[in-house]
Amino acid sequence: METLAQAIMVAGKAIGAGLCMGIGAIGPGVGEGNAVSKTVEGMARNPEMAGTLRSTMIMGCAIAETTGIYSLLIAFLILFAL
Amino acid sequence: MSSLNVSGAFVYFVIPILGGIPITQTTVSSLIVTIILIVLSIRLGKNLQKRPTGVQVLVEKGVSMLYGMVAETMGEHNLYWTPFIGTIFLSSILGSLIGMTGFLRSMTADLSCTLVWAVLVSVLIWYNNIKNNGFIGWLKGFTEPIVVMTPMNIIGEIAQPVSMAFRHFGNVAGGGVITSILYLALSLLSNAVLGLIAANGVLIPIVLMAVGVGLIVWSKKKTHKKWSMVLGIVSSVLGVFGLLQAMGVLEGVPVLSFGIPAVLSCYFDIFSGFVQAYVFSLLTMVYIGNACPPPEETGAVQ
Repeated sequence: METLAQAIMVAGKAIGAGLCMGIGAIGPGVGEGNAVSKTVEGMARNPEMAGTLRSTMIMGCAIAETTGIYSLLIAFLILFAL
Repeated sequence: MSSLNVSGAFVYFVIPILGGIPITQTTVSSLIVTIILIVLSIRLGKNLQKRPTGVQVLVEKGVSMLYGMVAETMGEHNLYWTPFIGTIFLSSILGSLIGMTGFLRSMTADLSCTLVWAVLVSVLIWYNNIKNNGFIGWLKGFTEPIVVMTPMNIIGEIAQPVSMAFRHFGNVAGGGVITSILYLALSLLSNAVLGLIAANGVLIPIVLMAVGVGLIVWSKKKTHKKWSMVLGIVSSVLGVFGLLQAMGVLEGVPVLSFGIPAVLSCYFDIFSGFVQAYVFSLLTMVYIGNACPPPEETGAVQ
């Protein structure tokens, strides 16, 4: 770390990537937890539909994960390509 | 100490036509995936018998599963879309799984691949919309609930292919980066632990090796103590490599990155690859199914 400018840049990268992924991890966690809780409730109510419910839940979680993946990509972009 | 180098696909060489066409790792991977799919299709489609035996049972089950998937989401009148959906699904699965061989890079871990698929699907959706509703009908569809929603509808229309592409690319490529960060962290941890063991000469490593071998022998006698076998193996392995480091033969062997990344690769590579391929195909089917209504509703002669 030769100059002050490089040090500031590395610090900025660290703060940016940390904030980006940290705040971006809240949404999918809460959303997918809600989805799984409703699925478990439905399975308890109607155990013979468990297979269908499980597949639909996995699919729904994959789509709800999208914004978390966006923030992961931006964090990687900030850390490794800027 | 090592550092992480995250980069895109490595360019092997550039064909000097039309301003240079680069041949990258992704190109090689996609060529290999295409060749594998073509060879498999030709081999499995030959000598079909009326009473299926052997591999043909599995192939028939897979094909009927594909047709069932398409019929369930797109309707019976759209069954002619199955080869296209099947191609995207199988290419995506094979493209994500081929990164598990050590020397090829996953085809879908490159934005070029998923973005092209998403743009292709979008062009198909717009073409089918225009074919079924006319050009003016398609443009009118943007002002559908209220006229002031038009900018939001246009943004939503652009966001569909972008979101599909980035979801697939992000899951596959992000899994790869997280795995390499994990390898780096485990190798740093191994460095630290081995440095701690071998800091003061060969005494501690030899003690560790003796304790480890003793634990293994002891656990063989009392067979209900599985943890002592595991602890014995870990201790003896650490002792051996600590000894090698103390004697100066081999330094900094990443001994702790042996089993854990393989377990995580079950989630990141296999499960994530399958789920993302399925979600991509499902979204494709839903959007194209919306753009191709059953023939009675349009009143057109099919």
